[in-house]
Amino acid sequence: MARTPTTHDPFNAVAEPRRRQVLEAMGVDELSVNEIVERLGWNQPMVSKHLGVLKQVGLVEERRAGRQRFYRVNAERLKPIYDWLMPFERYWNERFDRLDEVLEDIQKKERK
Amino acid sequence: MSTKNKTTITAEPGKQELFITREFDAPCELVYQAHIDPELYVQWLGPRGYEIVLETFEPYSGGRWRYIHKDEQGNEFGFHGVFHEISPERMIQTFEFDGLPESGHVILDTMKLESLPGNRTRISIQSVYQSVEDRDGMIQSGMEKGVNEGYERLDEILAKS
Repeated sequence: MARTPTTHDPFNAVAEPRRRQVLEAMGVDELSVNEIVERLGWNQPMVSKHLGVLKQVGLVEERRAGRQRFYRVNAERLKPIYDWLMPFERYWNERFDRLDEVLEDIQKKERK
Repeated sequence: MSTKNKTTITAEPGKQELFITREFDAPCELVYQAHIDPELYVQWLGPRGYEIVLETFEPYSGGRWRYIHKDEQGNEFGFHGVFHEISPERMIQTFEFDGLPESGHVILDTMKLESLPGNRTRISIQSVYQSVEDRDGMIQSGMEKGVNEGYERLDEILAKS
């Protein structure tokens, strides 16, 4: 089976854990490369490399203001990935939230 | 819904496995009990709104398990497997959904329980599927649970961007 190159497919682009970290660090903010570097504590070439891939697949948008460049996550482009994983995540969240309640009940009874 | 303890699911494209991690505000021993005591287990097994019938439950190494989820429309979903290893540190079991057109699509789950400072516990599950298609099929099925609620967080992100 032919593999889709990383630079075409958002699914493949987020397969690399570091790129997921970049997206998580950016959150909903618009940031310069330096600000992203600061948040992640990585060196600038590494951040730029991953940003470049994320930009190519459209997961990150770039805005130029004078000599500065700013980046933000393109949530629309992330949607297919959410569509795929969210029901599954929801299932596990709900199960574990119920387990939280069970554990809390037992601990309350023990304290009495 | 609790927000302090988030469930993390990692499913990399093209792989036969996925990982689930979650932390709990309770000691390891208690989290373990909630997994092997049938009375506790039925209280959180599966999503809300489903009736659970724990048909067979032998929580020891080599034991079997089988349970049935019944939804509000009366649909039944059966699941079964065996416990390969049960100990306070590690639980290894197989998992198979009875409702598939052919049997034999077995999942191997390894769950580790880890003590954290402050009487907290982290569990991490590795689920290994027989093929990438099996794994992706399971994710896409959403475990027969409604999709809409799952979009809350996405909606938040979309609204802010």
